[in-house]
Amino acid sequence: MTNTTPKPQPLPQPETDRYWEGLKNEEIWLQRSKATGKFQFYPRQISIHDPASGAEGIEWVRVSGDAELFTFAIVHIAPHMGFVGDVPYITALVQLAEDVIVPTNIVGIDPEPENLQIGMALKPVFEHHEDGQTLLKFKPA
Amino acid sequence: MPNIQRLKNLSGQAHIVGVGESNKLGKVPEKSPLAHHSEAAINALDDAGLELSDVDALFTAGWSTLDVAEYLGIQPRYTDSTSVGGSSFVIHVAHALAAIAAGYCEVALITHGQSGRSDRAPIPRNPGTPMAQFEAPYGILGPPVSYAMAARRYMHQFGEDRTRQAMAEIAVSTRKWANLNPMAYFYDKETTFDDYHNSRWVAWPFHLLDCCLVTDAGAAIVITTPERARDAKNGSVKILGAGEGHDHSGISQMPDLTSAFGRYTGPQALEMAGVTHSDLDLAMVYDSFTYTVLVSLENLGFCGPGEGPDFVADQRTAPGGDFPLNTNGGGLSYTHPGMYGIFTVVEAARQLRGQAGERQLDNCNLAVAHGTGGLLSSTGTVVLGAN
Repeated sequence: MTNTTPKPQPLPQPETDRYWEGLKNEEIWLQRSKATGKFQFYPRQISIHDPASGAEGIEWVRVSGDAELFTFAIVHIAPHMGFVGDVPYITALVQLAEDVIVPTNIVGIDPEPENLQIGMALKPVFEHHEDGQTLLKFKPA
Repeated sequence: MPNIQRLKNLSGQAHIVGVGESNKLGKVPEKSPLAHHSEAAINALDDAGLELSDVDALFTAGWSTLDVAEYLGIQPRYTDSTSVGGSSFVIHVAHALAAIAAGYCEVALITHGQSGRSDRAPIPRNPGTPMAQFEAPYGILGPPVSYAMAARRYMHQFGEDRTRQAMAEIAVSTRKWANLNPMAYFYDKETTFDDYHNSRWVAWPFHLLDCCLVTDAGAAIVITTPERARDAKNGSVKILGAGEGHDHSGISQMPDLTSAFGRYTGPQALEMAGVTHSDLDLAMVYDSFTYTVLVSLENLGFCGPGEGPDFVADQRTAPGGDFPLNTNGGGLSYTHPGMYGIFTVVEAARQLRGQAGERQLDNCNLAVAHGTGGLLSSTGTVVLGAN
């Protein structure tokens, strides 16, 4: 029997639309606090580094997507029917050069622990979905 | 910030007088989650020598107190549906202490019921949350994946081999306790280190035996004033200290993957109770995963960051060891319906009242119960004392 359960899709919110629209164009846009220069992920109505300035305290900045592997897991039992056909797959938290942590998948390598070193350099991969959003994944640089 | 002097005045101002589980734990497809709530409530009230008509405050998580009170046919005068994952019920114990001391109520009932294995209803998900937007599309959903990534980071910082050994120690020692608890899912099934290392991968670095059970179960706790506790049918347990809080929701937002919020709630609960680690006779530490125990012991202050593997070495936490841990068999080997925290308090109360059967500890006078909820997101800690 073929599993046809779809994967959960991102449902953008007003303050995250710009992030998701950027990915469709293969651009990564992050929010930065004007006062502190610190980035945040995910996009919010306020900067957690300077909440008092509200939305006025935030600027959007296009970034490269250069990243390092912060941690990972190799999923063998799908946590959702939509991923049954994908196991084993690699989930990861990656640290962008702008010092934010982004949840993602590592693609382009076999999902074996010895292929993954914490701290390894990564670069972005834009995975377009016909009827949904573009996902930001990473592969070894 | 918590006012520790005022908290010290609150210490001991309410007692646990009844605890209970639902009638059957494990695979129970013939009962709904609310049926587990109701059975556990009746059993805990019976343990206390009280009835539903005595209850004037209701606490629950996973469900609204509206639904649970209506199902039970009660009309509470104090209501608390704080729902921050499996730690919620430990937090409810602290909230009940405060509400009773303030005069809002006299008989507080905390109920839990979940058919984690057999529920006919799907888990509701809000697709607009940050977690649903930024983690779930990548298959980062459900606890094993998130906790596994935290464990992998711990391995990176503190050593992969010694972390692996510690996780095995916890899985094996917890199973030994379950082998002494007739209510435990794995009461009749022993496990060895080889079994641990040979069990299949769920989400590397987690083996199957790093992960809690998925069961159907319920539990309940009854709390009242020290005055009314004197009439308790089976004795009472003092609520001496408490702490609660959280520092993220999704795993990608966790400030430090190797340190959960117990670093605040543990020390606060002990200070409020006026006790130190060496005074404690029992630690009931939520074991959603072996890693959860490892990091929690460090957060609670039993040992320093990265010292957990040495602390649990050589089956020190097993029956007969000098650090009794999770004597009911834990979420790993007794029961885990999804939000297990209430069972840490149920077992602590039983041990402190000398009612733990074959697994009863000698001279158990002081216990800590520590719940972790969400994706290492929230913690609730209580210190309980024998009366």
